[in-house]
Amino acid sequence: MLSNLGNILLFVNVILCFGIIYNANKSLKTSSNLINKNIFQLSLIQSTLIIICFFTLIAAFIISDFSLVTVYQNSHSLKPLFYKIAGTWGNHEGSLLLWAIILTIFSFLFLIYNKDHPKKFRLLTLIIQNILILGFLFFILFNSNPFSSLSPIPTEGLGLNPILQDPALAIHPPLLYVGFVGSSIYFSAAIASLISNYTEKSFSYSIKNWVLISWCFQTLGILVGSIWAYYELGWGGFWFWDPVENASLLPWFSMTALFHSLIVFEKRNIFYFWVIILCLITFILSVTGTFLVRSGILNSVHTFASDPSRGLYILLFLSLMIFSSIFLLFKKYKNEDYKLNQNSKETFILINNWFMMFYLITVLLGTIYPIFTDALTDHKISVGPPFYNTIILPVVIIFLLFMAVGPKAKWIKNKFKNIKIYFFILLASFGLNFLIIFFFKSYSVLSNLILISAIFLILSSLIDLTSAIKKNKFDLARIISHASFGFLVLFIGLNNIFTIEKDYNIKLGETKKFENYSIKLQNLEVKNFKNYQAVIGEIEIKNDNLNRSNILKPEIRIYDNPRTLTYEASIKTSISKDYYLTMSNIDRSDYYNIKFQKKPLMMWIWVSVIMIVFGGFLRLFINAKHN
Amino acid sequence: MQNTIKIIIFLIFFFIISVFYISLTRETNYDTSNLINKKIPEFKVIYADESGFYTRDDLKKNDFTLINFWASWCAPCKVEHPILMRLSKSKKLKILGVNFKDKDKQAKKFLSDLGNPYDFLAKDINGKQSVSLGIYGIPESILINNELLIMKKFVGPLSSDDYNKIEELIK
Amino acid sequence: MKLKIILIFLLTNAQFLLAAEKKIDPNEIHKNLRCLVCQGQSISDSNSDFAQTIKLVVKDLIKEGKTEKEIYSFMSDKYGEWIIFKPQLNIHNSLLWFLPYIILILGGFFLFNLIKKRQ
Repeated sequence: MLSNLGNILLFVNVILCFGIIYNANKSLKTSSNLINKNIFQLSLIQSTLIIICFFTLIAAFIISDFSLVTVYQNSHSLKPLFYKIAGTWGNHEGSLLLWAIILTIFSFLFLIYNKDHPKKFRLLTLIIQNILILGFLFFILFNSNPFSSLSPIPTEGLGLNPILQDPALAIHPPLLYVGFVGSSIYFSAAIASLISNYTEKSFSYSIKNWVLISWCFQTLGILVGSIWAYYELGWGGFWFWDPVENASLLPWFSMTALFHSLIVFEKRNIFYFWVIILCLITFILSVTGTFLVRSGILNSVHTFASDPSRGLYILLFLSLMIFSSIFLLFKKYKNEDYKLNQNSKETFILINNWFMMFYLITVLLGTIYPIFTDALTDHKISVGPPFYNTIILPVVIIFLLFMAVGPKAKWIKNKFKNIKIYFFILLASFGLNFLIIFFFKSYSVLSNLILISAIFLILSSLIDLTSAIKKNKFDLARIISHASFGFLVLFIGLNNIFTIEKDYNIKLGETKKFENYSIKLQNLEVKNFKNYQAVIGEIEIKNDNLNRSNILKPEIRIYDNPRTLTYEASIKTSISKDYYLTMSNIDRSDYYNIKFQKKPLMMWIWVSVIMIVFGGFLRLFINAKHN
Repeated sequence: MQNTIKIIIFLIFFFIISVFYISLTRETNYDTSNLINKKIPEFKVIYADESGFYTRDDLKKNDFTLINFWASWCAPCKVEHPILMRLSKSKKLKILGVNFKDKDKQAKKFLSDLGNPYDFLAKDINGKQSVSLGIYGIPESILINNELLIMKKFVGPLSSDDYNKIEELIK
Repeated sequence: MKLKIILIFLLTNAQFLLAAEKKIDPNEIHKNLRCLVCQGQSISDSNSDFAQTIKLVVKDLIKEGKTEKEIYSFMSDKYGEWIIFKPQLNIHNSLLWFLPYIILILGGFFLFNLIKKRQ
């Protein structure tokens, strides 16, 4: 019954899409300035029905209705309720329904929140967005239907994969989708703006907050994914430059470039076509990322199960999007006439965009290059962290300096009032860096430069803050986000430089020593839980100098349905550092392999990203208040 | 926008989409079976009875050698064993078995239960010699001629197809 | 006076900059090798049998006095370039390594011209 209900709702939504497109098209041709009321009604019904459809799927997961193939493949009656619900979007078919919901809801909200904008523009945005929705609904109905049924109905489901049962992983997709799926709305708006020649700066007001919202959630989604990787995957890292991670980072770069360029467009009504290009690129990258992840052409830790027919459909959708965008752009492109001073805020924002495009192309190149060499030369290569770190890190050094100086530039023509202050900040940065080297240990030239730049950004943001408080006129959101970015680079840098990793093969009762630490495998315990058996190691980490010890308990878990082995890291977090320990058994011996890591300032990395997002939300709040 | 720029942009996107399309039909799983037609690297494995070592130079004495990595604890090795028994009848082909990360007692039992196809039997207790030969999972087999050239690599258990291929190659 | 302060800072920092030397670190090598039987993990992160064997071999190679480059060359010789996470600098990969910086520089020129034109 749920299967039928879901299918009917999907089908009705397809009809509604056609209805909206038809009515919107009709309304375009009338001379009235108002949008026909029934368009709003159709849109509202469309949103309501897709939400009900989504809840239908959730209900199927909650009651474990195994007549639905998706529920059968991805759920199990013994799964805790929270994970049954999260399992709805944790699989390919269900996540497409999440795509559909966000596309639809954003379509409706954009329509009702943009009453001050030209009718033609709003209707065209609605039409384009509905074409996108149709594309995904067809994909769902004809290729990846979460409501497709199974007969005879199995008595139990297959999906009890323990690695996927984690709170961070549960909210990771919804957060990320509000990000990059949400970028669809300004893709549609950009196309609508081109067609309807809505090139005035008021265009930026229509999409400004949407860009911010999608950026904030994209950042949060990436953060949560990294936190999950750190706590769950057991290698103590949070970013691996894995193709799937890169797929979420690519739209982030263009979103960042976009909202910076929007500031210029809004203020001076220039760079219109560049803003349009960025709007188009962001969603195109989102769909490209989806293609790379779900088509199976990439080899990654995170891949969903793959199916070439999915890949083919998404590629077709992507091609249509790309070619219609570039044809429209070619047709509508006009050379803009404006004056630009080399020393001005506009120039600094262009510089930001220049760097963002560099990061974007580097990550894109690294991700798809193996695909190209394999397809063209039948030669498989790997592009991993060493590539990205080598190329990107040196550039970040200069980027941070620009981030510090740029925001203070004035519009049109800037004159740096107090150059001396930058000089002192730079000296202070060198000084602080020197102190770190002096008290701890020295490190590579590259690390030195990165830390100095990061400290420069932080200090100059703090000075901004104090001088702005005095004048009572400040851009708190920007200061918080830029400073937090500086902190992020600083903490990642320090964490990287001062992390200690030790790999030992150890027997019960043995102690290993290094520097001023002793590690002892004190105890091994076997415990039985509801759906797994755990071998719990009790390991004492003792700081011999301070005579302080910590007990960490990593686990080896043996699940029986499906039969998998997982390694649960034991992590002890404190303000100054994390202790991170994983344990695995060595086959055919009574030795255990333990990996111990001392990771300084780990939690501050998460805090920095949260503060970056906080700045974004603050800006959003201020924007909303001004309207 | 000048026409040349438009054409270039169009071609770049067309190229990218085409490559994506081509890759949809390709195999993404990597294996080393393409690393052939090179000389086999130096290696040195100890005989199972510890009476000496078998090294790369010893391969020159045989017309063709099949180096087969196996273990008693490996289920697919049992599956491919009959094929090895058939191959052991060939006069031109000598089989060097390398017992991988195993215990002597279990290895001997395996061979006495299922038959011993190996002309030479060696062992690699810690697995380090397997790395010299580019082995990453067992069972894995390498076919070499007397000029020390790797003719073919078989990753995973040998199938009947593989048996036919080997018979073809050693004619 | 200011110049002297700058010089002192640079010199004291430089002393420590140069002091950080490069010693062969097995962990770094493990991180740069791919575990062939895992899904995208490195030898350092993997608990698999294969990873453990590779770690032993790397340990031996370091003891023999091999440099990092020689160890990577040893591994890619046996297992193909796929096992090394850092793409090797050869004709195939030159586009990968150079294109980002070429684009950075080209972008810079483009911006420079744009600003000059618009003064």
